[in-house]
Amino acid sequence: MSTMLRELRLSLNQTQRVRLQSALQRLQDMASLASAVTVVADTVPVNHEDSILKGHGTSDLNGEVVAALCGVVERVNKLVYVRSQRARYKPEVGDIIVGRVIEIAPKRWRLEINFSQDAVLMLSSMNLPDGIQRRRTAVDELNMRSIFEENDVICAEVRGFQHDGSLHLQARSQKYGKLERGMLLTVPAYLVKRQKQHFHHLENYGVDLILGCNGFIWVGEHVNSNGENDMMVDQEKREDVVNKSEVGQATYEVRERITPLEIRKHVCRVANSARLLSALGFSLTVEVIVDTVEASISSNTDIKDILAAEFYVQTAEREVQRRVSLTRRKG
Amino acid sequence: MEYVDSLTGFRLDGRRPTDMRQIRGEIGVVPKADGSALFEMGNTKVIAAIYGPREVQNKSQQVNNQALVRCEYSMANFSTGDRARRPKGDRRSTEISLVIRQTMEACILTHLMPRSQIDIFVQVLQADGGTRSACINAATLALADAGIPMCDIVTSCSAGYLSSTPLLDLNYIEDSAGGPDVTVGILAKMDKVTLLQMDAKLPLDIFENVMQLAIEGCKAIAQYIRGVLLENTKQLEYRKGV
Repeated sequence: MSTMLRELRLSLNQTQRVRLQSALQRLQDMASLASAVTVVADTVPVNHEDSILKGHGTSDLNGEVVAALCGVVERVNKLVYVRSQRARYKPEVGDIIVGRVIEIAPKRWRLEINFSQDAVLMLSSMNLPDGIQRRRTAVDELNMRSIFEENDVICAEVRGFQHDGSLHLQARSQKYGKLERGMLLTVPAYLVKRQKQHFHHLENYGVDLILGCNGFIWVGEHVNSNGENDMMVDQEKREDVVNKSEVGQATYEVRERITPLEIRKHVCRVANSARLLSALGFSLTVEVIVDTVEASISSNTDIKDILAAEFYVQTAEREVQRRVSLTRRKG
Repeated sequence: MEYVDSLTGFRLDGRRPTDMRQIRGEIGVVPKADGSALFEMGNTKVIAAIYGPREVQNKSQQVNNQALVRCEYSMANFSTGDRARRPKGDRRSTEISLVIRQTMEACILTHLMPRSQIDIFVQVLQADGGTRSACINAATLALADAGIPMCDIVTSCSAGYLSSTPLLDLNYIEDSAGGPDVTVGILAKMDKVTLLQMDAKLPLDIFENVMQLAIEGCKAIAQYIRGVLLENTKQLEYRKGV
């Protein structure tokens, strides 16, 4: 049986297996109309009388268009390309991403962002903690570790490719920067769709959710971007005036506040829900994640049991219901 | 020993000379890897994991206009009848690593991923002849799962010549008979040979027959692999929804 439990190894009992299979079958029936699935080395049928443009994921063999990836053939006017699944992240300018600092180099941080190379965040392309616009001095360069250290998780925006092919990021706003008090999840990048809003504040739970386009998802305690951060900035500014070396200590004092147990539980619940959805291979949007969280609460599911067999099957069935109601609303 | 029964024409394990063993492929067996696959040919069982394209680990090896492909082949201690300790990097495994790397490099469109590195790890879990072919088939499945662009599907199959009969897909007993063993790797769609190995001598006309048989085997495997990939791609797409 191919239920593809890629990330979770579950032992389903007989009924659960049947239920899961019928749910997946219904998902398949619903989707079967639209998409043209293709496999590596398949010929993509095109009308040769029209002029066509070969896009990503295609190659040319004796004048035929051949798929170079497994995925879905998409056609936009003349352009024919193959949209792949499960590949690494392909950056586009303006994407909001979450990444992890792996190295500090002169004037820049290197970040792991699930791309084929490491991304670069220049010191000059981010706002300084004191919020003043000025040239970055040698002192700033020496104090880079007080902003981001190795292994810190950071949220930033894709700025673009440099002409040497390296990927540059920027973090020029209050909402970007270091992420603390939470957890990082990694899911396949194709499950996160580009949307208007990638920062979400789940007010009922006091949790921040950042869906990075690169498949890195941040779930953490809510930080008030106007209130608390300003306070931190103020404090650091004062420290700056007194003594630069005490900056580290000041942030340490702020960090001392502990996250309440309730919030920590909420973080775990949201994170497990997102994990479950990615294990099922459903695309991740806030609505679906919040639905799953609510369902887990209303069915009195323990946080750890979100990743267990019964809730796995229930979530698949709920997804069927959701898609049915979506298509009804359209029709 | 008689490898083909003179009366019935069956081989030792009950196959006909042109029969392949049962093949099975499964995708996504290593959760942390970018792509992974398990491939079985009869009792031969191989697991492959792909990492990348990712940042080049050793900067001096970085190539500016294409991806660096690396391959590591290993055999599990428990893969054969005698539990032998296998030192990493012995002659045999280095040679097979090289063979697999060259075969896969021929089909990966490396120029699309400059300044990056792709790691292919293959491990033999059970060895029953034809591990080389099984590794290449597993690697192909895993590369397709990792979403790495390839110009074609590479598949591989072996054939031999024992008791004056060309035999497809040798198992361990037939392999250790010491007869000629031809391993062929082809690009299924383009009909090109990317790998051809033989460690014995054969008359030209017989060699052609044996190689033709191996190519038939490769095509059958390509057909199967295509089916596995199609099913997997469909599943992922259906589940993702709109």
